[in-house]
Amino acid sequence: MHAIVCIKQVPDTTEVKIDPERGTLIREGVPSIINPFDTYAIEEALLLKEKFGGKVTVISMGPPQAVEALKEAVAMGADEAILLSDRAFAGADTWATAYTLSSAIKKIGDFDVILCGRQAMDGDTGQVGPGIATQLGINQLTYVFKIQEIDLEKRTIRVERLVEEGREVVASTLPCLLTVVKDINQPRYPTFMGIRRAARMQIPTWTAADLDVNPDLIGLTGSPTKVVKVFSPPSREGECDIVEADSVEQAAEILADKLLAEKII
Amino acid sequence: MALLEINREECIGCGACVAVCPFGSLSLDDENIAVVDETCTACGACIPECPVEALSLPEVEKAAVEDISAYQGVWVWVEQFHGEAGSISWEMAGQGRRLADQLGTTLTACVLGYNVEHIAKEAIAYGADRVFLVDDPTLEVYRTDPYARCLVELVRKYKPEIFLLGASSRGRDLAGAVATQLYTGLTADCTGLDIEPETRLLLQTRPAFGGNIMATIKCPNHRPQMATVRHRVFEMPVPDPNRQGQIVREKAVMLEEEIASKVVDFITEEGEVNLADAKIIVSGGRGVKGPEGFKPIRELAEVLGGAVGASRAAVDAGWIPYAHQVGQTGRTVRPDLYIACGISGAIQHQAGMKTSKVIVAINKDPEAPIFQIAHYGIVGDLFKVVPALTEAFRKRLNK
Repeated sequence: MHAIVCIKQVPDTTEVKIDPERGTLIREGVPSIINPFDTYAIEEALLLKEKFGGKVTVISMGPPQAVEALKEAVAMGADEAILLSDRAFAGADTWATAYTLSSAIKKIGDFDVILCGRQAMDGDTGQVGPGIATQLGINQLTYVFKIQEIDLEKRTIRVERLVEEGREVVASTLPCLLTVVKDINQPRYPTFMGIRRAARMQIPTWTAADLDVNPDLIGLTGSPTKVVKVFSPPSREGECDIVEADSVEQAAEILADKLLAEKII
Repeated sequence: MALLEINREECIGCGACVAVCPFGSLSLDDENIAVVDETCTACGACIPECPVEALSLPEVEKAAVEDISAYQGVWVWVEQFHGEAGSISWEMAGQGRRLADQLGTTLTACVLGYNVEHIAKEAIAYGADRVFLVDDPTLEVYRTDPYARCLVELVRKYKPEIFLLGASSRGRDLAGAVATQLYTGLTADCTGLDIEPETRLLLQTRPAFGGNIMATIKCPNHRPQMATVRHRVFEMPVPDPNRQGQIVREKAVMLEEEIASKVVDFITEEGEVNLADAKIIVSGGRGVKGPEGFKPIRELAEVLGGAVGASRAAVDAGWIPYAHQVGQTGRTVRPDLYIACGISGAIQHQAGMKTSKVIVAINKDPEAPIFQIAHYGIVGDLFKVVPALTEAFRKRLNK
């Protein structure tokens, strides 16, 4: 079993504060973390390795400091890690990111599954996973909630996907790409041995020159979408109407009347 | 890897760029000259702010794609489950109609499924001028590959300028595959769509960073301009059964034996509700104190005909399944009424519900952040307030 996990380093959005005057993000002192959804992908890959043997390779595209996210994945138990970092990759949208990551996966070679988080916490698009699968011409299974079965002999997989109406059980062939939701597992903490191994590990950096990529299709140049404006969301007007009364029952009656007057029930 | 170029000779150290950077990527160095760090996303927000034009992004050469003026018309994908169209599709048909009218062009709906001609007729009632109906057993249940290939072929054949899909699990799955094959831009989870009059380009506005910032995105040189659109952001149009339109039958492009995936089962748990569709959601958080604490929450939801939601704290504690989680790591919802019970309202929770039309907060702590975004509130013990509210509604709604 060779599982490749694609991860992203993101600012810890639980620490992000908004400057109330400028309406911009205050990133000062905000730590960078592995995108929380990706930690479930890493854990699932480690569980597959424990069950089937083999190895887990983690890749990430980002600035040089994204190597820290890869080291954390190694500390959790990943065997190999590769950083894709080049000024030419910068400014990539989801199309160019998926193209670059899939080029790296082609260079890595044989694999059984690719695992990604459901979406990144900063961009929230969830488009890179499907993009990679399509670039590689393999099946994609998104929003996976549970892997029911993998048969490496028959090259099949069966998973439960979380969709709006419930859970869909889908069978597919291997290799395929999975994006996983939070409930799939409980990510482990890095071990002491893992942290030592990660600290000593030399993580290779692949640049555009190391990949078989068309320079017109990477980074800002290769990105079909352009961000033209960034602004803070309009704040809600008006204050909260706190209902007060002599008793809880009375307050509830008043609130019920107010809500019925809104004509939403 | 920052792409922003700063001309150190020109910079006067006024700090205007530092102030507007949404990502906090700019600062002034020891010599009072602007510097950019690796967190820059090349969004360009700072460029017009610089009074001396010292900031620039590298010019992107216009990609030599085929003539984009050949692409015309607005398309929407109509999502169906068990032969029934999702309301999200009609919301998009309403938006698609508005954009098509602004552009002076037509609206086309793509209906894929098996025995779904009735949906094609509905699409016309909801505003489509033309419907591509692909009715085939291989398309009965949504699967990425046959759906994506079919839409890619239709786009290549008929060349729309705009293509909208719902930002549902299926819509996001499908859109990512289609846009990748077509090598075109895709903007996820839009909450605003408009046409830029001078260029006729689609302006796609979406939240990022958990709803902390909004970004407007264009796709200037690739077609179609694709976007997924959030549920319940746009009004549901009123269908007109007398509207006339054309139904064009198209063929599926994959044979069953060429499709590598199969949907073998569908699991719905009793009482499981579709949060995305719910008009009313009653949610419980840390304050419900345990799995049995959701009982009064469920009772209120039942009287109101609503769904039960939960905060991350309640889900992580194992009191209720993840499918109920509202917030940044759960579902994003936009009901008409959201009643938050015993939820403090951390920004991650707010990211998933703050655009609800009416928000009610019930919390013991008057300082809880949820009151800052709530329209109505009661400060008090949810175990007293919620049953009282259930009773008040039961009386008024005669239940």
